[in-house]
Amino acid sequence: MSTSELTTPGLGAGLRDVLRSRFLLKLLVAKELKVRYRGSVLGILWSYVKPGVQFLVFWFALGVFLGMNRNTENYAIYLFSGIVLINFFNEALGNASRSVVGNGGLIKKIYLPRELFPVASVWVSAVHFLPQLLVLLVACLFAGWTPGFFQIFAAVAGFTIVALLATGLGLFFGAANVYFRDSENFVDMLLMIATWASPVLYTWTMVRDGLATAFSAGAASVLLVIYQANPLTIAVELFHFAFWLPTTSEITDPLIAAPPNLLDMWLPIGLGTALLVTIFGQWTFRRLEGRFAQEL
Amino acid sequence: MTTAIEVRGISKQFVLRHTRSIKEAFVWLVKGRKGDLSKKFHALDDVSLDVRQGESVALLGLNGSGKSTLLKHISGVMLPDDGTVRTRGRVAGLIEVGAGFHPDLSGRDNVYLNGAILGMTEQQIDDLFESIVDFSEIGQFIDTEVKFYSSGMYLRLAFSVAVHTNPEVFLVDEILAVGDEPFQRKCIAKIMELAAAGKTLVVVSHDLDLVAQVCERGVILAHGKIIFDGPVHDAVAHLRGGSI
Repeated sequence: MSTSELTTPGLGAGLRDVLRSRFLLKLLVAKELKVRYRGSVLGILWSYVKPGVQFLVFWFALGVFLGMNRNTENYAIYLFSGIVLINFFNEALGNASRSVVGNGGLIKKIYLPRELFPVASVWVSAVHFLPQLLVLLVACLFAGWTPGFFQIFAAVAGFTIVALLATGLGLFFGAANVYFRDSENFVDMLLMIATWASPVLYTWTMVRDGLATAFSAGAASVLLVIYQANPLTIAVELFHFAFWLPTTSEITDPLIAAPPNLLDMWLPIGLGTALLVTIFGQWTFRRLEGRFAQEL
Repeated sequence: MTTAIEVRGISKQFVLRHTRSIKEAFVWLVKGRKGDLSKKFHALDDVSLDVRQGESVALLGLNGSGKSTLLKHISGVMLPDDGTVRTRGRVAGLIEVGAGFHPDLSGRDNVYLNGAILGMTEQQIDDLFESIVDFSEIGQFIDTEVKFYSSGMYLRLAFSVAVHTNPEVFLVDEILAVGDEPFQRKCIAKIMELAAAGKTLVVVSHDLDLVAQVCERGVILAHGKIIFDGPVHDAVAHLRGGSI
């Protein structure tokens, strides 16, 4: 006879359960990767083609037509290092928000740690992010990039911030989507804003100067702090610091190329905010998951 | 005997209408929040049930009497509004087999995915893989995508994974109608084998003859309440007598 204790079924330990079911997580990620490009001729190549075309469009529109190439050295690398990170965020959050409803058939019938689905979505996006990062690295090496300790550190930190942020928001919107399908539309809107509300296409000095001309000095400085406190802004700037800044020559002033106090102040703030968002996402997810089976 | 499943006074309410629009909610607010925005009904109403280890119990009753809902509470898919459910050891369900199958994956991938979903470890699936494929009689088609399977093959493979998960408590919901007759007999033999091996079984089925064959205890539910609890033959006689 079994000697184990009586336990209450259906009460998981949240994200800790995900750590315990690593094998299932691995299989769910493998499933997503296999199923994603099924029946397409290009297959996994789509993961290169889509960001490649997106990069070309932005490079022509902003770099050539709007003249960003002239006032930003190596604008192509500047642009691409931001795009790959924001693409990772967009894909991770977009899919995580839909993951709970998308796996409704399973959640309704079998108990398993439901956090697995948003986490698997973020993981799948990270797998798609890697080849893009590889392309970026090759481009950087051609542009004379030599990585140092701080560059690698900044890149890892930037990635961690985005991954945590996408997980936390994904848990929150994924759970909310079960009750209100408005949630996924709201996320689509949010993702559109995310691309423009962080310095992916333009530089942070343009934000500073633009705010200074449009508002009074006091209001402008407050708005700039809000803009910089956005964890995505911090993560994108960390990527610029890691990949783009080392490829620039003396034409670019290193003091204004990256926002001041990026590593010693903004980085901890970004990580802290992302961590808080993850905890908040996990907390709301656990409060809402009890009724998933009947609401789906 | 030790208790395997302990259900104490659980109740569950379901909302009947789910349409929520801003207009409706606004009208409801303006009218001073009169009445409920949505109607509710009791799927389970103060249900208590104890199942000992090694017992095989049939949950019987008409459609909509709360059998499947009770099973979902035991498996942890649903949480009760009131009362508590506690179980001992690992609980796994043969609840609508194939819920975790993905049509675009091969039979092999699905065995691993579904096995992991039902709580098996990688090692366990590796060890039992041959046995799972043998039992399902899928043979050479194991590396074909399951969307090309016939519905019988699909169910056989899913059932085969489920019976190999080897939990302490087995929940079976209306899946005994799997495949052709020879395979059905094989399934029933397998389930009886599990019962003989001291596994706890909770079966939901409308096939009264089959249930009488597999289970020893019968519990009849009606409108979310237990109205009969006793030997399965008495329960079947009770249902056939049409006295509910």
